[in-house]
Amino acid sequence: MNQNLHQLNYILQLADNLLIHAQRLGEWCGHGPILEQDIALTNTCLDHIGATRSLYQYAAELVNQLTPLERQTMFTSPALEQVFTKGLPAKEDDIAYLRDAWDFKNVLLVEQPNEDWAYTIAKCFFMDAYHLALYSALKSSNNSVLAGVADKSLKEVKYHLKWSSEWVIRLGDGTEESHERMQTAINERWAYTGELFQASAADVAAMEAGYGADLCALQTTWNAQVQSVFTLAKLSIPDNSWMQQGGKEGRHTEHLGYILAEMQYLQRAYPGMEW
Amino acid sequence: MTAINHQEHFDHKIDNDITIEPRDWMPDDYRKTLIRQISQHAHSEVVGMLPEGNWITRAPSLRRKAVLLAKVQDEAGHGLYLYSAAETLGITRDQMYEQLHSGKAKYSSIFNYPTITWADMGAIGWLVDGAAIMNQVPLCRTSYGPYARAMVRVCKEESFHQRQGFEIMMQLCKGTAAQKKMAQDALNRWWWPALMMFGPTDDASPHTARSMRWRIKRFTNDELRQKMVDVTVEQAKVLGLTMPDPDLKWNEARGHYDFGAINWEEFNNVIKGNGPCNKERLNTRRKAWQEGQWVRDAALAYARKQASADGTPA
Amino acid sequence: MQTFFRYGDYGDKDSTGGANASVNPVNQNEWPLWEVFIRSKAGLDHKHAGSLHAADARMAIENARDVYTRRNEGVSIWVVESKHIHATLPDEQEEFFEPANDKVYRHPTFYTIPDEVGHM
Repeated sequence: MNQNLHQLNYILQLADNLLIHAQRLGEWCGHGPILEQDIALTNTCLDHIGATRSLYQYAAELVNQLTPLERQTMFTSPALEQVFTKGLPAKEDDIAYLRDAWDFKNVLLVEQPNEDWAYTIAKCFFMDAYHLALYSALKSSNNSVLAGVADKSLKEVKYHLKWSSEWVIRLGDGTEESHERMQTAINERWAYTGELFQASAADVAAMEAGYGADLCALQTTWNAQVQSVFTLAKLSIPDNSWMQQGGKEGRHTEHLGYILAEMQYLQRAYPGMEW
Repeated sequence: MTAINHQEHFDHKIDNDITIEPRDWMPDDYRKTLIRQISQHAHSEVVGMLPEGNWITRAPSLRRKAVLLAKVQDEAGHGLYLYSAAETLGITRDQMYEQLHSGKAKYSSIFNYPTITWADMGAIGWLVDGAAIMNQVPLCRTSYGPYARAMVRVCKEESFHQRQGFEIMMQLCKGTAAQKKMAQDALNRWWWPALMMFGPTDDASPHTARSMRWRIKRFTNDELRQKMVDVTVEQAKVLGLTMPDPDLKWNEARGHYDFGAINWEEFNNVIKGNGPCNKERLNTRRKAWQEGQWVRDAALAYARKQASADGTPA
Repeated sequence: MQTFFRYGDYGDKDSTGGANASVNPVNQNEWPLWEVFIRSKAGLDHKHAGSLHAADARMAIENARDVYTRRNEGVSIWVVESKHIHATLPDEQEEFFEPANDKVYRHPTFYTIPDEVGHM
């Protein structure tokens, strides 16, 4: 695979993580445990959508520069090909709405169901700690678009992590029930965290070319962050070290198909229209 | 102060447009009317999140998704401001929720209608928020201070809601035939319920006269409804949509549009609980509240532990 | 009867005009009510923005950020639990505020200064 495709894949990994994470968080809107926290979670969700839009706009630019053959290597999407058949450039929404699950590069963690507040908090906390480390590294990316997105997102994610860490602690050290629920959520989701630091071909290429982050370094930071919050929360890291993976290569859990069926339904039922 | 009759003092303030504040003396009925009206209004905002929240995961573009999320989030905020205003009158938010969940408290019947196409997001913003703004702008000058101040904040935020709804409609109307059909269908379904939002006609409205006297309301239901008809007809022309009312015509003498009869039987039934989504909406709210119980308990338990560790009373 | 406090409605209810609405008993486990004060930009005072519920002070500040500064309304936030606010009573209105009414000599416009002195 050539460098252009690696770069595009790298951007898609970042953007797809944010979009699918936001899509799940958006399901909470109107159903939160109290109005104030409903509003708080929606703010976070909006930050993710903002960042993912910038990344998809950039991804669209990169897609438009590919040769037809490169494009077909990258995507198996008749709908996206149709855009090019019409002679139009791809736009952010085409990238988000016209790819099928196997062309999505997000980690499996973000597509897992919300279940309850504890599962959602666990997912947010793992992702926020990851994003904080990631954006801190990408701020000095030699790719100016990535550096720009990282710089803006860094301020947002500091707040997200503060919020989710506090909830982990509150639930972990709240009531007996909340402690149990929080620990269960962590146990259940833990196996999806390893993939964040499992380098894909795109991750390796990105690091070597100087625009991506070093996942080993990220993992060290992430582990320390998780450990310190868990200590305060009286929670423990699960013993099971087996990790699920596949998302970065487009091999997903069953959930992603449903997420996309819902998210993309209008674009698919009424193709080629402006909304 | 002892020499002054409380009631006279209160009346004097009302007559002179001096706002009533939480600690001021007020007649029991004034307090009760306010609690009822403000909490109904708050419930409407919170239940009103559901029909639109329905489409957050299905919004057809990322921009629309962000806008819709921000809008539904604003409604949560409006509910919150209004609950806070009601709380100054001697009722807690939990008590108001209890009234909502038990079915004792009412909310705007419009939210018992389903949102079945994307165009409904446009129609709700345009018509439902349009009607709400018309109701709410005068309330910025309502006699009870905390309510008036909450409404100022609500109205400031609400203006983007109607505009984004109209924008969705415009986009559909200049789109394909299917999109335009979607827009017309949404107008057909939402128009009459939107007119019902202003409440019963003045002669059938039990509380209007007293609420006007107390300056809790500033215009009657019929006055506001007429205004809604007059402005919407012109806006529909811009969109190129047909108003779903064969009796609608300009009345030169009145300087207003005449419009057809409202189906009050439907209105009363929706209020009674027979609307298409009454049960679903209420069950959704109850479920969210019940499932959030352990979360709220945990946060409070943690706060109390921290406070006692600090040596400060919780 | 237990006493609980909230903004604007603490103290003796009878003196403020009426019994509580006939509703369920107060839930002791409801998150407390907080008052939010926001400085809209550097150099200005904090101003009362509204209220909200939160389990503790830290959460109250964060909730205030999410509820009351979504549109760039603030650069600094204060929160105080509503029960800690003490206020004058409406019944004390006259003795508190009317005596200041006739002290016109406290205001600069009370004094006549010749125009040629300029701004003073």
